[in-house]
Amino acid sequence: MGGSKLSTETERGTQGFAPLQKGMILVNHNYFTQRDVERLEQQAVQIREDIISMIHAAKAGHPGGSLSAVEMVTALYFHVMNIDPQNPRWEDRDRFILSKGHSCPVMYAALARRGYFDPSVLTTLRQYHSILQGHPDMNKTPGVDMTAGSLGNGLSVGVGMALSAKLHHKDYMTYVMLGDGEIQEGMVWEAAMAANHHDLKNLVAIVDCNGVQINGWVNDIMTVEPLADKWRSFGWNVVEVNGHNMKDVLTALHTAKTMRHPTAILMRTVKGKGVSFMEDDCAWHGAPPDDEQMVKAIAEIQEGGVV
Amino acid sequence: MGKTLATRMAFGQELIEIAKTNDKFVVCNADTKTCGLEKFGKLFPEREFSFGIAEQNLVGASAGLAACGNKVFLATFAVFASMRACEQVRTFVCYPNLNVTIIGTHAGLQVGGDGATHAAIEDVAIMRSFPNMTVVQPADAVAARALAHAAVDFTGPLYVRLHRNPVADLYDPETYRFEWGKANTVVDYGRDMTMIVSGILLKKALDAANILKEQGIGVRVLDMATIKPLDKEAVITAAKETGAIMTIEDHTIFGGLGSAVSEVVVQNCPVPMEFVGIQDRFGESGDPELIYQDHGMDVDSIVAKAKALAARKRH
Repeated sequence: MGGSKLSTETERGTQGFAPLQKGMILVNHNYFTQRDVERLEQQAVQIREDIISMIHAAKAGHPGGSLSAVEMVTALYFHVMNIDPQNPRWEDRDRFILSKGHSCPVMYAALARRGYFDPSVLTTLRQYHSILQGHPDMNKTPGVDMTAGSLGNGLSVGVGMALSAKLHHKDYMTYVMLGDGEIQEGMVWEAAMAANHHDLKNLVAIVDCNGVQINGWVNDIMTVEPLADKWRSFGWNVVEVNGHNMKDVLTALHTAKTMRHPTAILMRTVKGKGVSFMEDDCAWHGAPPDDEQMVKAIAEIQEGGVV
Repeated sequence: MGKTLATRMAFGQELIEIAKTNDKFVVCNADTKTCGLEKFGKLFPEREFSFGIAEQNLVGASAGLAACGNKVFLATFAVFASMRACEQVRTFVCYPNLNVTIIGTHAGLQVGGDGATHAAIEDVAIMRSFPNMTVVQPADAVAARALAHAAVDFTGPLYVRLHRNPVADLYDPETYRFEWGKANTVVDYGRDMTMIVSGILLKKALDAANILKEQGIGVRVLDMATIKPLDKEAVITAAKETGAIMTIEDHTIFGGLGSAVSEVVVQNCPVPMEFVGIQDRFGESGDPELIYQDHGMDVDSIVAKAKALAARKRH
């Protein structure tokens, strides 16, 4: 644990992250065990390797925002979500929308390792007739609940899914993962307003606050702060966590399920997490590693182990 | 006959009637006065979702509802459905092929007083360019009611284009049957040309055809309620049998019905064509009839253009 670089954390603090909010409510009712945490952390290592391998094979893709989301996506698919890989369209399943759809390698890796399809398919990413499109396609990939890729749209779709749960008196949850750059899109806030209006406590927005978008630091390009205040002012319950701490992530997800309002989990992450030369560098937003870089990245991931 | 009602109100009212005995669909509203569905929530509170003045979210949330297996009708002005929420319709309804019916009201120049900002003159061109999308437009209230029933049973992305102001009933509710993708031959006065019409301008086309008949020009009039997928067979037959085609639509002449018909004609049976529609200009406030006149879409203009087309055909 605790593999993140202190210098980077400090730098990110000055690059526009608000300090942790006081009064943050976290609940833990033995929702997970230490053994779960260790299992999930090991799983996360595998997911990171897969991300690098598939983007290398595709010679294109988005490693930065995939790597920053690994712990959260792993926690969701391997512990939190009520899902059935044998029945991907089971109507009572929890839903996950990857609104930051360019980060689909992390979702594809999780789906493959969870048993939705054979992991050997992962290296067909972005190839003609592959089930793994450059951005998620709900009709091509088993386990993908919603097509995504155009930023700013997923939370609205999540609102619709959460409304459907209420309409049919089902207790599934809908999780929507957004990027912190993505929330510059105005439509996100239309959805945030609607979620509160329609009292969607079964909806969770997860913002992957890695601080970096394609051309630089988020808050240099278009500041999104004060982020927690924004969500709170739209009537959301806000939980802020270290997105690379599996315990924190699990606790936040459990907290979200117990709230009376829609919950926004603002997870602080490092773009490119786990691969030193990719971390905090916008050049790795959408660039593939070459052969040498792939070997180095995989070695780092394996050596570094749990981040 | 002799009754008048706007196609938007006929469609909306019929949907409310259907909802009394059919709970298999939900309605999503933006905060506009579209087609009478604003009161759906009062009648069926569980089955209506309101999203305020936020059309992108309206379409996105509708897609989410549809992705969970619900049949969704969403209603807003055609300008907003086709442009404000254009990408949501394309990428989150059409691309995943979801079961959402988009009701676009206040189509074309008939909007009148509200002017150019609210008159959708490009929506058909936009909507029909999306894969998986079906595009329909009823000619009167009778057709609109029939279409409401068909839309409830329809599966997939559907765009229903409706007009704001009352129009006279042309069809007899006892005999009218709506059929997806089928042109309806309304009158067949001869083999001089075919007028292919979609929407409320059918009345003007029929008036023009009657005048032309008296002047010795025999016109076939097809009501092309389904603009996409187009009834290619009817178009090809019309081209072969009548040798000239005029399209008539309350929409820009670029990309709408006229373009759809000409795409079929040039590939299969090239014949002289004439396009009646909005002349690459925005609408403006005023009496719709005066605006139609200004764009050559009134009965007299249609008659004059038909004569010119008949003359071209003879040469």
